[in-house]
Formats: sequence, C-alpha cells, structure tokens
Amino acid sequence: MVPLSWYLILAAALFSIGLFGVLSRKNAIAILLGIELMMNAVNINLVAFWRYANPTLMAGQVFTIIVFAVAAAEVAVGLALVISIYRRHNTVVAEDLNLMKW
Amino acid sequence: MNFWTDPIEVSRQWLVGLFTGWGLAADLANILAILLGIILLVVFAMVLDVFLVWIERKVVARFQDRLGPNRIGPFGIFQPFADVIKLIIKEDITPATADKFVFNLAPILSLASVVILWAVLPLASTVYGVDLNVAVLYLVAAGALGTLSIIMAGWASDNKYALVGAYRMVAAMISFEIPMVVALLIPTILAGTLSMKGISQAQNDVWFFVVSPLGAILFLVAAIAELGRSPFDLNEGESEIVAGFHIEYTGMKFGLFYAGELLHAFTFGAFLGVLFFGGWNGPLPFGDKYALIGIFNVIAKGMFFYWVIMWVKYTVPRIRIDHMLAFNWKFLTPAAFALLMVTAVLHRLLLGAETWVYVVFMLAMNLVFGWTVVEILRALARKQRESAEGKPWPAAAQN
Amino acid sequence: MTPQQIIFLLTAFVAVFSAVNVVSTRNMVHAALWLIATLFGAAVLFALLEASFIAVVQVVVYIGAIAIMFIFAVMLTRRDIREGGPQHNPGWWSAAVISVLVFASLVVVLSNWSGFNTVSAPPVPEDSLVLLGKALVSPDAFVLPFEVASVLLLSALVGAVYVAIGNKK
Repeated sequence: MVPLSWYLILAAALFSIGLFGVLSRKNAIAILLGIELMMNAVNINLVAFWRYANPTLMAGQVFTIIVFAVAAAEVAVGLALVISIYRRHNTVVAEDLNLMKW
Repeated sequence: MNFWTDPIEVSRQWLVGLFTGWGLAADLANILAILLGIILLVVFAMVLDVFLVWIERKVVARFQDRLGPNRIGPFGIFQPFADVIKLIIKEDITPATADKFVFNLAPILSLASVVILWAVLPLASTVYGVDLNVAVLYLVAAGALGTLSIIMAGWASDNKYALVGAYRMVAAMISFEIPMVVALLIPTILAGTLSMKGISQAQNDVWFFVVSPLGAILFLVAAIAELGRSPFDLNEGESEIVAGFHIEYTGMKFGLFYAGELLHAFTFGAFLGVLFFGGWNGPLPFGDKYALIGIFNVIAKGMFFYWVIMWVKYTVPRIRIDHMLAFNWKFLTPAAFALLMVTAVLHRLLLGAETWVYVVFMLAMNLVFGWTVVEILRALARKQRESAEGKPWPAAAQN
Repeated sequence: MTPQQIIFLLTAFVAVFSAVNVVSTRNMVHAALWLIATLFGAAVLFALLEASFIAVVQVVVYIGAIAIMFIFAVMLTRRDIREGGPQHNPGWWSAAVISVLVFASLVVVLSNWSGFNTVSAPPVPEDSLVLLGKALVSPDAFVLPFEVASVLLLSALVGAVYVAIGNKK
C-alpha cells in the first residue's frame, strides 16, 4: 500500500505550486487556475485522510463533494466577473484593476 | 461453470494455466490474460467500427433512394477497407500555425473517449470489461473527455470555422449533458444501483422502457445531441461552417474523428439498449444464461438504435443554435427534472407492490405526464400564435 | 515496490509536472490544458484511494465543466494578453520564496504528526457508495451542508448570468 505521507507531500506540493500561481501571475484567469490547483490539493488530502483513517465514516468524501460544488460556483462567478471586467476595462491583468487602490 | 455460460472466466483460467505452464509467475500470467482480454474487446469494437462505416453508407443510400457502395465485395461490404486505405495514403497535413501537439492529440482523444465506454458496457451477464459501481457516471465522464477533444481540435486548428464549430459543440454538449444525466438517473432509481450490470439484471422481468418510456426518449434525444448528429449537428454544419471543428484534419486524423463518431453513435445505441431495453434480456430468450445469446441481444439492440439515430439524422434538418439551446433549457431540462421527481416519488410509493401493479401505475404516470407536457406545449403555442397573428383567428379560418 | 506505489509515483510525477506548467507557461490555453492533466492525475489518485465516485465526479465536474469554462474564458479575453509579454509579476521570485516556505513548513508540521507514516489502511466497506449516498441525505449526517451547497450553486448560476450578461437594454 502507498504510505499516507506520499499523498500528503504530493498535496502540499500541489498546494504550494498553486499558491505560487496565485501570487505571481498577472492574468486574472491564471490566478483562478492557481486557486483550482490549491482546491485539488485539499481534495487529495481529504480523500487520503478518509481512506487511511476510517473508511466507514464518509465525512472525507462528503467534504470533497462540497469542495467540488464550491469550486464550480467560484469558477462560474469568478470567470463571469473576469469577462465583465474585460468588457468594461478591456483588460484581464489583475494589477491594472486599481480603481480601489489609494 | 462451462464455456457457454461464462466464456470469459473459462478462457481466462485456460490462458492463465497455459502461461503458468510456460513457466510464468502467476501474477504476471494473470495480468497478461487481462491485457489480452482488453485488446480483444478493443479489437472487437474497432472491427465493428469498420463495418459501421459500411452500414452507415448503405443505410444513408437507402434513405436517399440510392444504392450506396456496391462494387467491392458482395453488397460492397469491403468498401470500408478501401476507405481506410485511401485515408491512410492521403497526405497528412498539419497547418503551419496550428498548435501541433494539441492538434495531433485531439483526434486520438476523440476516439479514446468512445473506446473507453466499452469498458463498462455489459455484453452479457458474464461478459463485460469491468462491473464499475459508478458506471452510469463513467458514461458522463467519458462524454466530458469527448467535449474536451472537440474544443482542443477547434482551438488548435487556428481556423475560424473550426473555432465556431467547437464553440457551438461545447455550448450544446454542456447544456445537453444535464437532461442526459437526469435521464440516466431514472434507470438508476428504478434499479437502485449505478452499475450497468446491476441495471441489466434489474430488467430480468420487465424492461425499463415499459416502466419509463419517457425516460428512454429523453435519453435518446440527449444522446443524439451529445453525439452531435443531425438535427443537432451544429458543430459540423457543412453548409455553414464547412466542417466545423475537423475542417483542418486530413487523412487518418480525420478518419479517427469519423470512426469515433460512428462508434459513439453505436455505443450510445447499445447503452440505450442496456439502460432501458433490458440489456442482454430479450428479444432472444435465455440471454441472461448463455453468454453468446446475451452478446447477440446487446449488439442487436445497439444496431437497432444505431439505425434509429441514423433515421433521425437523415430525416430531420438541422436546427438553429438558439432554438437548440432554448429547446434544452426551456423544455428538455425542466421536463427531465419533473419526470425524475415524479418517477422517484411513485417508485417509492409502489415499493412493495406487485410487479403488474407497479408497471401499470408507472406506465399510467408516464402517459399522464406526456399528455400534460403536450397540453402545456399546445397552450403555449396557441398563445404565441395569437400574439403573432392577432386574436380573431376564426376569421382567418373563414378565408 | 508494489504496483500501486509505481502507479502513484508516475501519477504524482505527471500531476506535479503539469501543475508547474500551469503556473509557468505563457500560453493561457496551454495552462488550462495542463490544468486538465493535473486534474486527471488527481482523478487517478482518487481511484487509487478506492474513492470511485469522487474519481468520476472529478472528471465530470472539473474536466467536463470547470476546465472547459476556463478555456472559454481564455478565448473570450484574448485581446490584450498576447503570448509574447511577461506573464508574471515583477516580484514573482518573492512568490516563489513564499511558496517554497509554505511547502517546507507544511512538510515539517506534517512529519511531526504521529499518523504521518501510516502505511496500512482499514479495508473500504463493500457498499461505500451506498454509505456515501446515505451520508449526503440523512438528517443525522450532512443533509444541511449538502442542501446549502445546492443553494450556493443555484445562486452562483444566477449571479454569474447576471454579472456576465452586462447591461443589455
């Protein structure tokens, strides 16, 4: 069997890569891609914990399904916002959207 | 257990015995036997695919009052081999501005998304790739890969027609996935399982078509849209966008798309047979007992529904994209959800009832439901007509 | 090494490699396609963990809907971000440092946890799918979060349509 630690390290790596994408990317859509990576890392963790702790308790899988729902909602609204901003300001570069900045 | 009831297990044991007799380790022999089984299944699907080309061309010809291919072999049956040779020796063009890797990956993914469906198709009670406990969802997941392959082809071709085709296809496929999932949930509720084998077994006595004819029709309509066949063939739209997403593909790359489309249609026909028309049960008896009869039943149903899909394709003209999406969102999706709820509630209420009571009530519910839908549509149409033509249309009738 | 471990290592390599490409490639459509590869790797891992339902739903929801939406959004907003220009902020190296620090601290914290080196797991019950379904709809378990999630999805649908449709009059 695969040790639990492998899953956790892989999830941590994916989470960090996603974090890097969120922090460093210019394009707002690329930032959302990074967030998706982070959510996937969380999902891998949830399912791995479900498998290795007590597979008769379904909390891990249920949480994963709720994360799916949240991810879908987040992407739908996020991309709608990006497209709306693109229509109005003709840009998707996050740092150009500085209307609320001092 | 003998060969006629369980050929796969018998052959597997024979093969493993043979391999271990050659001095292979037991694990390795097992893996080899399973690998051979997979190859056999895929080869079966692909050989069938070759003959589907012939069937398609022949049937289309008859629909259009032509003869179809009739020169090579009896009834032109070896025509597909000539087609394949032609496709292989054609020049293989990759457009200069195309995204080469994605461009070449798309046709492979397109065919693969169809072939992997065969893994969960139960050909007989003992002959199936794998009895997945989420097989019904697996069907939808494979469809998602198909959507992906089309958008990859459309984008990587760097061609406006291809992109328009891909846009249309994805808009259609994503929206028609919803009624399809709902239609898939109906046999799931009736059988109480997501496994294709379980659903087939649950139809030993009564086909689900008898219990839920509307569900079967819903699945057929959604499947035709998912396949991108006429009247929903906006992705290709020969007369508008030339060939849609596969406009830039030549030779065998186009052949893969074409083969994928035909096999997809047949596979969905077979799944319609499995989900609503009893799978290996009937029309020939003892399908659940003898594997070969079961395989014949499933393939025969697949062929029949393949023919139905072709019949629709060559009879109904293409509809406009806004009509297609409105048809889905304003009619098919609400109707599917309502049907699902009514079916679930009635199924729960009739849980302990006798079979004939159950069937009669379910059938009556479907008839009432269908009648209600038709009446609502008629009232809507009347209202629209009145608002367009003005109220007094007995006067118009007098002319 | 068992076959499972080999499959895990291959999948993990593909997933991490694709994830690095997601955050580093210049072409946004390629980034979305690499994301699909990562998501597919995650689906394989779910299958390896015997969570078949999650694995299939991962493909349906993420690859079939979310990734396709990304590709659409990239195509709809292509005018100003050409593939040529820099795709990262000038301070990207500090982001890299932060990410590496987060990764290191996560690994350190996890390796101090007693369950980190669990190798064996109890067998998955035969009817885990039934258990999952019951957990989602039973009042003693998760019916409330499940319903809230569905309301969230509905409101997101309405909100996305409202935001993206603009002020068409």
